[in-house]
Amino acid sequence: MTFQQIKNILNDNTPQSVEDLAQEAAKLSRRQFGGAISLYGPLYLSNFCSSHCTYCGFNSHHKIERIKLAPHQYRNEMQFIHAQGLRNILMLTGESYKHTPVSYLKEAALIASEYFQGIALEAHPMETFEYKELFTAGVDGIAVYQETYDRARYAQVHLSGRKKDYDFRYATAYRAAEAGMRHISLGILLGLSDPVYDTFALYQHLRELEKSFPGVEYSVSFPRLRTVKTASLASCDVNDVQFVKIIALTRLLFPRMGINLSTREEPKLRDHLLEIGITRMSAGSNTSVGGYTLLEKKAQDPQFDTKDGRSVDEIVKSLKSRNFDPVFTDWRHIENGL
Amino acid sequence: MTDTPLVIAGKSFSSRFLLGTGKFKNKKDLTDSIVSSKSEIVTVALRRIDLERHEENILEYIPAHVTLLTNTSGARNAREAVRIARLAKASGCGNWVKIEVINDSKYLLPDNQETIKAAEILSAEGFVVLPYISPDLYAARALVKAGAAAVMPLGSFIGSNQGLKTKEFIRVLINEIDLPIIVDAGIGTPSQAAQAMEIGAEAVLANTAVATAQNPAVLARAFALAIEAGRLGFLSGLPLQLSLSQASSPLTGFLYNDIPAN
Repeated sequence: MTFQQIKNILNDNTPQSVEDLAQEAAKLSRRQFGGAISLYGPLYLSNFCSSHCTYCGFNSHHKIERIKLAPHQYRNEMQFIHAQGLRNILMLTGESYKHTPVSYLKEAALIASEYFQGIALEAHPMETFEYKELFTAGVDGIAVYQETYDRARYAQVHLSGRKKDYDFRYATAYRAAEAGMRHISLGILLGLSDPVYDTFALYQHLRELEKSFPGVEYSVSFPRLRTVKTASLASCDVNDVQFVKIIALTRLLFPRMGINLSTREEPKLRDHLLEIGITRMSAGSNTSVGGYTLLEKKAQDPQFDTKDGRSVDEIVKSLKSRNFDPVFTDWRHIENGL
Repeated sequence: MTDTPLVIAGKSFSSRFLLGTGKFKNKKDLTDSIVSSKSEIVTVALRRIDLERHEENILEYIPAHVTLLTNTSGARNAREAVRIARLAKASGCGNWVKIEVINDSKYLLPDNQETIKAAEILSAEGFVVLPYISPDLYAARALVKAGAAAVMPLGSFIGSNQGLKTKEFIRVLINEIDLPIIVDAGIGTPSQAAQAMEIGAEAVLANTAVATAQNPAVLARAFALAIEAGRLGFLSGLPLQLSLSQASSPLTGFLYNDIPAN
C-alpha cells in the first residue's frame, strides 16, 4: 500500500468508512486468532537511564528517585506477577548500559525462567552477540520502538544518550532476529509526529523485517503519549477515531501480526479495541520500578500513568464475558540456542 | 456397507474426523464439539497447555478416551520440534506428536525438510509421528522412510477456510504413499471435507472453521457427518465424472458419418 493510500484511509473520518474498516478488521481478527488474547505482566527492573527523551518519565534529566532492583527484589516482583496467574513477562529497564548491563539482564532472565514460560525484554538496544547471550538465558522476545520514523522529529526529542542514534535503533530488530529471538515487537509513540507518516514507515519496517526474517513472530504497539508526573509532551494528538483506524488498518495489512494494547488506555476503549484487532495486552500492570511489592503507591514514579487499574482476575472475567479466550501460556521453555 | 476402522500405528479409530483445539472462544465449546462430532483424536499445542492452572488447562476439557496428538506449534526448525515433543512426553501428554515446523509467520507454510529431519529423530525415539507438510511426493516418501505413522498434507493455507486447493497433489500422495493421508489445514466447510474423503483421504483434520463458527458443536457434527458421507462415496467406487455436453466438433464422428448413402 502506498503512502497516499494509507493517508487517504487514515484521513477519511466519515463514520461509515471508519465502521467499514473496523468491521473488516474484526472479522479477520476472529478468523486468524479466534478469541485468543495473550496476557502478560510488565516488570520494571530499573529506571536508570542515560538517554534524554523529552517525552519520557524516566529521562536522565528528571530528578526522580533512581532504583535498580536487586535479584532478591525482582524475584519478589516476579513471584507477585506469577501469583496473579500470568506466565508471560515483559521485563523493562531504562536505557542504561552502565546500570543494566547484559550480565544483569541475563541473571534476571535466568530467574524469570523459574516462573514464566514467555520472557520478553524491553531495554536499551544491544549488539547481536549480546542478544544471543540473552536468548540462551531464556529471553524469547525483544521489544524496541522507534518512537517516530521522522528523522528530524526524532532528533528533536532524543537529545542525548545512545538513543540519539536513529540508525542503530532502527537496525536493532535485525540484530535481535539474527540472534534467534522468536518474538520482536516494534512500535511508534503516537503523538510525537505525523501519525500517518509514522504508521506508513512502521509498515515498511515490518515488511522489510518479514522478508529478512520470516520465522520471527512480529507484533506492534501503538502507545499514545500520556501525561507523566514530570511532563512536556505531545505535538499532535491522535484522537480515538484515528487510533481505531490505525489498529484496524494494521490488522487488514498484517492479518497474523500480534497487536499490543497497553494499560495507558481507558478500560472502555481497551474493551472496544479488542474486537477490532488487539491480540495481546498487559494485565494488572504497574509501571514503577518495585511497584508491585517494594514501594508504597504514593512513592512511585511511573514511566507513564496507567489508565486501566483492573486486576488480572477482573480483566480475565471481562474478556470471557465478551467471548474472548485469555491466554496465559503461549510458549514452553525449550533450551534456546546451543 | 460397513467401513473398516482408521488405523494409525496399530491403533483403531471409528471416527475419521480429527479436531484441532486452537481459537475456540471458550473451552466449553471445545468439549461440546468433541462430544458432538465423536472425534477420537484431538491436537493440542504444547505451548498452550497450562499445566499449573486447572481451570485454564485445556487438557481438562478433553474427554479421557480421546487420543491426544500434541503438536509442536512454535517450532521453527527440527531441533526445536524435537525438544517440544520430548517436553510434551515428559509433561505426560503421551507420545503421539504432530510435527509442525513453521519458519514463516506470514503464510505459516510448513518447512518440509526440517519436518523430515524431526520425523527421523522422533520416530527413532519411539514417538508416533504424524507430520504436517506441504503436499510433496518426495517429502512424503522421505517421511515413509523416516518411520512416520501418517502424513498430513495441507488442503490450503492454514486458517484460510479455502478448501482443497491442493487436491491434485494430495491425490498423488493418496495414490503413491502407503500410509494414512490425513488432510489438514484450510478445510473450511463440511462439503470440502467430504471432497477430501471422496478422493481417498483416510481422515480430515479441521480447527479454525469449527472453532470460529457461531455454533461450534453443530459444525463439528456436520464435519463428522460429511466425512462419513465422503468416505462412503469413496468406498462405493464413485462413477467417473463424464461431461454430458457434446463437443462442437467431434473428433471421431468421421468414423461413422462417411457411410455412403444408398
